[in-house]
Amino acid sequence: MSADPSIPPAALSGEVSLPEKLADVEPVRSVRTPIRLEYDFIPGSASSGYLNAFADRKILGQQSPVDGAVFVPPRGVDPRHGAATPDYVELPDTGHVGGFCVTRLPIPGRDDLEIPYVSAWIHLDGADIGFLGLVAGIDTSEVRMGMRVRAVWKPDDELGCTAENILYWEPTGEPDIPVTAAGTNAWHAKQAAAGEPG
Amino acid sequence: MAERLRADLVLEYPFTRTTGPVIGAFLTGLREGIILGIRRPDGTVLCPPTEYDPESSEPLTDLVEVGPGGELLSWTWVDPPRSQSPWDQPHGLGLIRLDGADTPMVHGLLVDGPEGLSVGMRVTARWRPEREGHIADLKGFVPEGADQ
Repeated sequence: MSADPSIPPAALSGEVSLPEKLADVEPVRSVRTPIRLEYDFIPGSASSGYLNAFADRKILGQQSPVDGAVFVPPRGVDPRHGAATPDYVELPDTGHVGGFCVTRLPIPGRDDLEIPYVSAWIHLDGADIGFLGLVAGIDTSEVRMGMRVRAVWKPDDELGCTAENILYWEPTGEPDIPVTAAGTNAWHAKQAAAGEPG
Repeated sequence: MAERLRADLVLEYPFTRTTGPVIGAFLTGLREGIILGIRRPDGTVLCPPTEYDPESSEPLTDLVEVGPGGELLSWTWVDPPRSQSPWDQPHGLGLIRLDGADTPMVHGLLVDGPEGLSVGMRVTARWRPEREGHIADLKGFVPEGADQ
């Protein structure tokens, strides 16, 4: 039997019979089910190195021993090969926008973000994958794949062991990276050339 | 040696879900101060109601009033309640088979201590005065005849 997935199952769309007491009342159609999890985060060695370096305004990645690919944030392993990545590499605080999203609706719990805002995959120079950041200092309609950016850091006396040290990424004004070489496109091309799964 | 790091983090989502007609009816009943079960083709009644028969998977649609009294089938004592609990005082949690239902539902047992609870005892529903269509509209269950 093949069901049409666009038609809800009968019990979710059909009529139900109710006791008379409820015949004329407005039915409940939605319910609040908030969830909340409080937890202690204790980073492992790769994340600890990464977060500690932030206090010195440094961004660390780790390099695959197999082909030299650089991962940021470092996770202690090259997930393609299951190989440990003990070697850190320091990365510059410049790169390009690999992909981005303009958000025009407020997010509960993030009153600090003025809408609209742009979240983006930032591909640092020398890194093979992107990590998430905010792009600002430019009209949201001007943001584009391949746009060159640099980090805007908190003042030195406010730096901590956290990626929040980077307030946002702003355009450098340099010429864009071609879209075909931006973000994961560069990664896929490199992997294909090396005969690796993308 | 680098500093050993630790952070207190909170993950929180303010979900609102649509209910469908069966769960919606159950919650409507709670708002109106009655508890609903749902009748299976063999005449037995599930409470809380489910949208499908647990054996045949056929849709179920016949909602019937059960309770407000019932029998306590099993219980445990909670002391102290966790910070996100609907209850701010130590309380029981029990499996309560309401009159007219054939399956038990879980809810709070509002007594002063575990010595006030026993398997097989009769309990009855206590309601909040302000109700909105939520499981917490039902404050919990108290021993039948209690003047709470």
